[in-house]
Amino acid sequence: MVKIRVNGINYQLDVDPDTPLLWVLTEQLGLTGTKYSCGISECGSCTVHIDGEAELSCGISLGEVAGKDVVTIEGLKGRIADALRQAWIEEDVPQCGYCQSGQIMTAATLLKHNSDPSDDAIDGAMSDVLCRCGSYQGIRQAIHLAAGRKVS
Amino acid sequence: MKEKPLVQGRRDFIKIGTLAGTGLLVGVHLPNCSRHVEASHVSSENGVNMLAPNAWIRIRSDDTVTVMVNHSELGQGITTALPMIVAEELEADWSKIKVEIAPVEEVYKNPAFNTQMTASSTSVYTSWDILRKAGAMARETLISAAARAWKVPPSECYAQNGAVIHKPSQRSFRFGELVDKTAGIPVPEDVYLKKPEEFKIIGKRIPRLDTKIKTDGSAKFGIDIKLPEMLVAVVVHPPVFGGKVKSVDSQNTRKMKGIRDVVAIDAGIAVVADTFWQARLASDALQIEWEENENSKLNSDALFERWDEMAKSEGKTQYEIGDVDDFFGTDGKTHQAMYRIPYQGHATPEPMNCTAHVRDKDCEIWAPTQHQDAAQEVAARITGFDYEAIKVHTTFVGGGFGRRISVEYVVEAVQISKILKKPIKVIWTREEDTRNDRIRPATCNFMEAAIDSNGLPVAWRHRIVGADVFGQMLPKLIPSIMPYWVPRFLRNGLSGIGESLLPRVVPGKKAIKGAAPLQYNIANVRAEFINDDPGIPIGYWRSVSAFSNAFAVECFLDELAAESGEDPFDYRDRLLTNSPRMREVMKLAADKAGWKEKPPAGVHRGLAIHRFHDTDLCFVAEVSIHSRHEIRVHRVVCAVNCGIVINPKTIESQMESAVAFGLTSTLKSAITIRDGKIEQSNFDDYPILRIDEMPKVEVYTVQDTRSPTSIGEAGVPVIAPAVANAVFAATGIRVRKLPILPDDIKNT
Ligand code: FES
Ligand code: FES
Repeated sequence: MVKIRVNGINYQLDVDPDTPLLWVLTEQLGLTGTKYSCGISECGSCTVHIDGEAELSCGISLGEVAGKDVVTIEGLKGRIADALRQAWIEEDVPQCGYCQSGQIMTAATLLKHNSDPSDDAIDGAMSDVLCRCGSYQGIRQAIHLAAGRKVS
Repeated sequence: MKEKPLVQGRRDFIKIGTLAGTGLLVGVHLPNCSRHVEASHVSSENGVNMLAPNAWIRIRSDDTVTVMVNHSELGQGITTALPMIVAEELEADWSKIKVEIAPVEEVYKNPAFNTQMTASSTSVYTSWDILRKAGAMARETLISAAARAWKVPPSECYAQNGAVIHKPSQRSFRFGELVDKTAGIPVPEDVYLKKPEEFKIIGKRIPRLDTKIKTDGSAKFGIDIKLPEMLVAVVVHPPVFGGKVKSVDSQNTRKMKGIRDVVAIDAGIAVVADTFWQARLASDALQIEWEENENSKLNSDALFERWDEMAKSEGKTQYEIGDVDDFFGTDGKTHQAMYRIPYQGHATPEPMNCTAHVRDKDCEIWAPTQHQDAAQEVAARITGFDYEAIKVHTTFVGGGFGRRISVEYVVEAVQISKILKKPIKVIWTREEDTRNDRIRPATCNFMEAAIDSNGLPVAWRHRIVGADVFGQMLPKLIPSIMPYWVPRFLRNGLSGIGESLLPRVVPGKKAIKGAAPLQYNIANVRAEFINDDPGIPIGYWRSVSAFSNAFAVECFLDELAAESGEDPFDYRDRLLTNSPRMREVMKLAADKAGWKEKPPAGVHRGLAIHRFHDTDLCFVAEVSIHSRHEIRVHRVVCAVNCGIVINPKTIESQMESAVAFGLTSTLKSAITIRDGKIEQSNFDDYPILRIDEMPKVEVYTVQDTRSPTSIGEAGVPVIAPAVANAVFAATGIRVRKLPILPDDIKNT
């Protein structure tokens, strides 16, 4: 039995602790907003927050997050999250949408540490999250927009 | 207001009526509507006012208007664009618009292919007339119903923002209130369609309807499907193209946790487990021996050498004006070059997957697919069921780019579910997805031009060597393109014959897309194709041959400009005398980019034009070269004429997307073949453009009142030559292959 806390709910899971967190979230807990794309920590689409920091859930096992606080896109809340979602909608960022959970989860920790990131800071923080559809320009704009709002 | 004659619609053209208090359905469909229309008559809903399901619009008493979208949402924004067309003519309240992805039915077939398929950037232009008319018919019907209720002439009424208004008295009914008032109202066949200057929705930056659910994790993609009792399968495919299993030892696999079964299917060995991760782990424990296979000798390097050789002899002429032979082999000035374009992968962010449930008498499929009719067709073939017994649900699609036109993942899920009699979700690992991609063909392009005394080409020959996608894909498409009445045995038989025959007879015309006709005013032009299909699985890829052909054409043209010492813009301008529309687009891009002004220090510009279907484009790319010959693209200015713009934001997004997608192929990645295998397997060896490599993209559209043309693929062929030409401007080196890597320009 492994104990984890996901989106504020405590779970006791009878799952092999070596299972990547990604598959525990999607298959065991039904939190399908976190996405599998590469499985080798190359694309960022599986990004979640572990104890408040962005991590790749395909590269971390269930056992490693025992006792930790996991937040997925479904559970992402608060001022930064609201500002990001609103900005994402206003800028019409997503295309296919598949990478966007990873983008927003990563952007949320960026804004937590840097309330007014420059383009370079955005590029630096976001460069681990691939978007095959190329929504990058929208992502930059939306992060600026959200940054401008959430401080007020 | 215009006179709007109301006449009884032909039954085979439009069906309209009311569902008791629930909705008004309008369907405009092709005159040859078949089985599904009939079927709908039998399947009575609430037993009242039987309606055809071939509908584009559903108006409900809660005022919502549901638009049935017969195309897959791949990210291109089609589930916003098509409803905008309907809402415009219907005079609907945009905030009440809902979308449903259409099931597989005759009326929903893509008229460009006679199969329900989202491909070749056809969605908007094939839907334009149909959906406008559908919207207008519904509007006129609602107006008539209101007029009858008020006992006033319809000509005194008009529709606006989801309501019908009686002009003199200013009374109004919301659309929802009119639903029950339409019974017996004759449906107009000739309807007034708005003029562009009357548009209120079309041309506006209407936000996409699918954004919110794509920001909170609730959008459901194929990979997210979960059904009671569902098992998950991982399929191990042969490592070498066309490989077959010789023997398999699954003992260890079967002992692993969660494993329910290991089954052999046509494509390989499927490991079925309670969860993906269990199946994935256990699949590594399989001991499979594969049969020896001739294809293991295939190498892309060797293929390029072979094609170089083949390019020395003449190919089959696919297009010709004038006679190029008069100009080559004479004393006149000529210029030659060989361009080599590698295989490319799709790398859809969502790997191939499908969920299927084969029951005793019917089958249900959930798939992120671009080709619903093919999904239904393969399931019918495997299960032996009639089409009516096979239901296809299209989920959101995590990137398509043409990959999901073929439906191997559906075949696999249906085959496994048929054996195990349980709902099965097949998920390809990224590695399986990359290695079993149907890659975009590689080609060698031998270019030759004869130059006149003004430095302009008087003859132009483009000889393409490689395999044609169409030759491999057409046999796969045939069963889905055939009319529904064609019996199964004939369907299978014909596609069997097609499989062996077509790759040899059809290739050519599609392979020269983007190579000819040219926009340039050159008197003698010939495009030749030499078909050499080594048997590597190839498929459609965002813009397909236009990508490689445009690269060869636009770079070679740039070479000619350089040969004559002329500015690339001026040189093209002299050659575009017969293409005023393209000329205008090119001028727009050059003006916005400041082509005539000196670029900032260290920045160099390149330009390319392209006509994709009926869309004219010009890109200006700005690049700079950094330490270790790293090429950075800073800015791309895109000018586009795609007829009437439905939604400017969509055009911008699609251009940005085309730039990003194309830059991966221009500067980063390629698929190579060694020993009959794709060498790449994941994003570490097939890297995708990252945000820090994304240039600033500016998009400008030319105002035009032509019907909308294509946009989803149109920009992809333009970026590579624009960048390559900028690299030449920066370095003086003409890189005639892709991707352009630092090594290619290291001698600068
Ligand atoms: S799926 Fe985890 S980084 Fe790609
Ligand atoms: S929106 Fe499709 S991958 Fe990012």
